[in-house]
Amino acid sequence: MSGFLAELGRALPRLGEGLLVTVESTVLGAGLALVLAYALGLMSGSRSRAARGAARTVVEFFRGTSLYVQLFWLFFALPMLGFRLEPLACGVVALGLNFGAYGAEVVRGAVAAVPRAQLEASVALGMGPGLRLRRVVLPQAHPLMVAPFKNLLVQLLKATPLLSLVTVPDLTFRIDQLRSATGDTAAAYLLLLAVYGVLAGVLSLLMNALERAAKARLGTGGDG
Amino acid sequence: MRREPEDTVAGPEDGVAGTVEAVRFDRVTKRFGEHTVLDGLDLAVGRGERVTLIGPSGSGKTTILRLLMTLERVTEGVIHVAGEPYSHMPSGHGERGAGAGPGGPDPKAGLVPASERYLAARRRGIGMVFQHFNLFPHMSVLENVVEAPVHVLREGKEAAAARARELLGMVGLADKVDARPTRLSGGQQQRVAIARALAMRPEILLLDEVTSALDPELVAEVLDVLRDVARATDITLLCVTHEMGFARDVSDRILMFDRGRIVESGRADQLLDEPTHERTRAFLRAVR
Repeated sequence: MSGFLAELGRALPRLGEGLLVTVESTVLGAGLALVLAYALGLMSGSRSRAARGAARTVVEFFRGTSLYVQLFWLFFALPMLGFRLEPLACGVVALGLNFGAYGAEVVRGAVAAVPRAQLEASVALGMGPGLRLRRVVLPQAHPLMVAPFKNLLVQLLKATPLLSLVTVPDLTFRIDQLRSATGDTAAAYLLLLAVYGVLAGVLSLLMNALERAAKARLGTGGDG
Repeated sequence: MRREPEDTVAGPEDGVAGTVEAVRFDRVTKRFGEHTVLDGLDLAVGRGERVTLIGPSGSGKTTILRLLMTLERVTEGVIHVAGEPYSHMPSGHGERGAGAGPGGPDPKAGLVPASERYLAARRRGIGMVFQHFNLFPHMSVLENVVEAPVHVLREGKEAAAARARELLGMVGLADKVDARPTRLSGGQQQRVAIARALAMRPEILLLDEVTSALDPELVAEVLDVLRDVARATDITLLCVTHEMGFARDVSDRILMFDRGRIVESGRADQLLDEPTHERTRAFLRAVR
């Protein structure tokens, strides 16, 4: 155990880099997922049949095929077609597509949950479709999205270790190196569990604050 | 001064003698699946006229308002507003007034169903107050009233806010401008909704059972505000209500509906005091 701690001390700078890569892939993957979630989610609720159909197809495809396989496809198969992405880019794209597909369902559901009467009121005030969405529907849908988005974000974080399989030097990758160097599998993986647990906790706290703020804006906060 | 409403319904293409109609339903039918809610309805409302629609639930009264607000689309027939087609739009130029077919002139001659863009421009002259208020919960009272004038009519924020305060003062809520709608009583919420609708300066105001969701002691404050609106403006009112006292006070004309058809129509006091149709008598006995 003391040998492990000594090795851990020497490895700290690399573990720090790994942590940064994990945070980076989480943030970038979540950012891409969020953009796709909105685009696909709003298209799913569109009146245009073509837009709906396209969104449904994309969502079902990326929800229905494993993240693991998508990642390997991007990393190993895509270069054979002449496109080569950096390992981290592969990871971000795979995370973004996969979680964007799940997120699209969150956006679609939240938009659909805004009462129809709110839309009717905005029609009666002469508001066009864009204005209705921006000023009436989305502000009321956002608070409904925060809790499911929090779950997805924590799941996305916990999916990032997959990236170490395509040579992305993230936290998992670095701690695995530590494990090889020390042979102390139990200690290394215990450390790994702990760090992801703490990261997930921090994310949850951030999202809880966001949820409270969103609900307060809607006037349905805890004091009501 | 308000113009006296026309006694008779003008026929199609009849826009002479300055009797411009605010609203005309031309053989309008509305079906939801197999269920026919309105059945070949003809109805004309003069500019500035106050018309109340009464009748049992499901008789099609609310559907008339919802069609006018474009919350529903007609199945057959055409709605005109201010003398122009409304549910439909001209399919081209100079094609209107095509010949009469069997059963009279085809109301749809030269017209195609209105596009969303056509409606977006035309529906601005019409406002609606709903049974359940439908205020925007994420906005303050003032923001609710200012929203559409600023973003739809592109009025300046300051001017819109000043007018909103004026309207909120008129409905007796000057001290609630910063409150959230969810903190207000039903009667207060409905008065905000009235101010919000008036802020768009509609020529036609639709009132859809605006007191039906209120506790009985809150009904009067809302109806008093609407009496003031009726007195102080020359707005065209179409009103669905079960409040017969209010109907008598504000209406020029009352229409009794049953099963998607008008069974009786007349001046307010005349229809309420001396209904000629048995269906009207039975209905009035039931609601009083």
